[in-house]
Amino acid sequence: MTETFRPLGGKLFTRHFQFMGVLVLIAGYFLIRRFVFGIGDVSNLSDGFPWGLWITYDVVTGTAIACGGYAMALLVYVFNRGQFHPMIRAALLTSVFGYTLAGASIIVDVGRYWQLYNVFLPQYINLNSVMLEVALCVTLYTLVLWIEFSPAILEAMKANRLLRFLRHILFFFIGVGILLPTMHQSSLGSLLLIAGYKVHDLWQTTIIPLLFLITAITMGYGIVVFESLYASVNLGRKLETPLLAKISAIIPWLLIVYLVLRIGDLFVTGNIRAIAAPGPEPFLFLAEVALFLCAIIALADKHHRTRPTILFWSSLAVVLGGALYRFDAFMIAFDPGPGWHYFPAVGEMSITLGIVAFEIMAYLFFVKKTPILAAEH
Amino acid sequence: MNIDRRQFFKVMAAGSAVAVGASPVQARQCKALPPDAIGILYDANLCIGCKACEHACKDANDMPVSSNGPIDQAHGVVGAWDGDDDLSGRTMNKIKAYVAEGSRTDLDDPEASFIKRACMHCIDPDCISACPVSALTKDPFTGIVSYNPDACIGCRYCQLACPFNIPKFQYDKAFPQIVKCQLCAPRIAEGEIPACCDACPTGASLFGRVEDLREEGHRRLAMQPGEREEFPLNQLGGATREAEAQSYYPHLYGEKESGGTQYLMVAGVPFDKLGMPPVGEESRARLSETLQHTLYKGMVAPGLLLSGLVYAAYQHTRDERDADHADHLEREQDDD
Ligand code: SF4
Ligand code: SF4
Ligand code: SF4
Repeated sequence: MTETFRPLGGKLFTRHFQFMGVLVLIAGYFLIRRFVFGIGDVSNLSDGFPWGLWITYDVVTGTAIACGGYAMALLVYVFNRGQFHPMIRAALLTSVFGYTLAGASIIVDVGRYWQLYNVFLPQYINLNSVMLEVALCVTLYTLVLWIEFSPAILEAMKANRLLRFLRHILFFFIGVGILLPTMHQSSLGSLLLIAGYKVHDLWQTTIIPLLFLITAITMGYGIVVFESLYASVNLGRKLETPLLAKISAIIPWLLIVYLVLRIGDLFVTGNIRAIAAPGPEPFLFLAEVALFLCAIIALADKHHRTRPTILFWSSLAVVLGGALYRFDAFMIAFDPGPGWHYFPAVGEMSITLGIVAFEIMAYLFFVKKTPILAAEH
Repeated sequence: MNIDRRQFFKVMAAGSAVAVGASPVQARQCKALPPDAIGILYDANLCIGCKACEHACKDANDMPVSSNGPIDQAHGVVGAWDGDDDLSGRTMNKIKAYVAEGSRTDLDDPEASFIKRACMHCIDPDCISACPVSALTKDPFTGIVSYNPDACIGCRYCQLACPFNIPKFQYDKAFPQIVKCQLCAPRIAEGEIPACCDACPTGASLFGRVEDLREEGHRRLAMQPGEREEFPLNQLGGATREAEAQSYYPHLYGEKESGGTQYLMVAGVPFDKLGMPPVGEESRARLSETLQHTLYKGMVAPGLLLSGLVYAAYQHTRDERDADHADHLEREQDDD
């Protein structure tokens, strides 16, 4: 049950790594501008589109992509599938960075960041606000993720006594670490309820929290498969195909439940008639469904699931489908009324790219220098 | 395997408590109008588009009047009109003109109409429900929805939530704020009336108790076009003037919209033609809060779920705790 985790070692400052570094520097330039001249200087955000790429990608999509740790914890600790234990740390690593950077990007996005701590002050908090729940849960979960992840760091530091102590209390944080994403991944969808007509009929629904939760978990499994294949190709690790095949067997079931709920709800509410309306929205909706259907068909077959290429493309389809769902609901099919348009500005995109690049750099640093990936026998 | 299954069911039992807790869906009560709530009745049929209210609003709120070259040039005066086209981080009150498609701006055109846009001071404001830090609050007596910059974190969720697209944000500032009409709360506190109503020469912007304003609104909707009628000026119960009633579109906007508003409007044309958005009669805040409070009522369901999860995690990490770690770590050190 206990397995050994080893640092990969190897050269850190590869060409790849340096390129990421350049992206981070460009983002740094725009970040300075944002804090000196205001949000409008680097972004196309407006009174009609108060939320754009930063919230949609960095927070809403970014944390869903970072659900690998959550999805694996569900599997290992709730469904007691110990055989997946070797994959937990790598999944936690992407989660820890996904969430930490989502938190960091909130500082960039909110206008009055120096007062951000007000969300923790009892005299200010508003228990009716979905945003409050998201803010508190995401902050807490980021802390919990670091605690869950800390054994890897402590092992690298050889802090054995602390490590032993941590092992005895970790179960509590694992439990909390499953509850919190269940709460806030669904609430990220609930954020849109109050926006009413501004969210397109094909996306606005009372069951949106459930839809966001299911897709977040599915994206979590998708990213675990994707990341494991990425590590084998780019970091020269042995393919973990048998384990990946088992994980990816869960994906079609989750997607089927999701599609039945999503499409069933459209028929029950009658909002399905929006599919015949002119404009790009029906096509975006169909693209989401198509991506998920591809993944379902590809992964439903037992033999397909043992083929790395199929695993790679179908896990990518799952992540892209879930991302597109979030982009559509929050940004592309969002319509505050006539006269408002939004497309992210160069500065906005650069900052988001820089954050992603930083995430990848941190990932490479940690897998190479700390014991994250299970030792190969 | 059997043991696994038992534990799994325990977690599921805790999880379904979420669903059970959710079953008797008790929708949150609709909010009621405070009895002495105050507001404004705007009558587009009386409005002559002079924009005196815009200027007065800026003066009362210490905001600079924006310059607009073409307007100033066309009228040969500078600074008489506020140059902004719409509500923005610099503007809390705006008179807009709507004309029929293809027609020129002409007041005799029966489809042309002005409209005054500002905060509606909703009875059940979505912006207040949305704000995580209670930066937006509703006065329990006057019903005025005001903003506290010391609380605000600038997340702009209020902008997303407001069905009337009212809160505006200073995107051009390093230390920005939300900007919206607060019904001249400081003036009200001193016994005055809102600056826009004070400045209005025709009584198109009329201050009063919301209940009285609703009555006044219905009185106007019942008027016969062409009859001479009395119209109060500035505020209900003050001076009046006589004018010929024009035909009204039979709708008192704000009586029901989004749970009702304290800023009411009457006009000669339907309100969707005046750019008013398709809001329902129920506030979205009610739906959002009902769902949120059903799921998280007393934190009972999350608490149960948490105990199930912690128990499962405790069971399934037993091996990790029991393994002889000292030994294990020593071995690792040797390997190094
Ligand atoms: S109009 Fe908008 S900003 Fe004004 S009270 Fe209503 S929800 Fe709030
Ligand atoms: S921008 Fe300020 S006032 Fe608006 S919801 Fe966020 S914290 Fe509240
Ligand atoms: S009530 Fe005061 S702040 Fe509001 S629109 Fe009128 S003048 Fe401006």
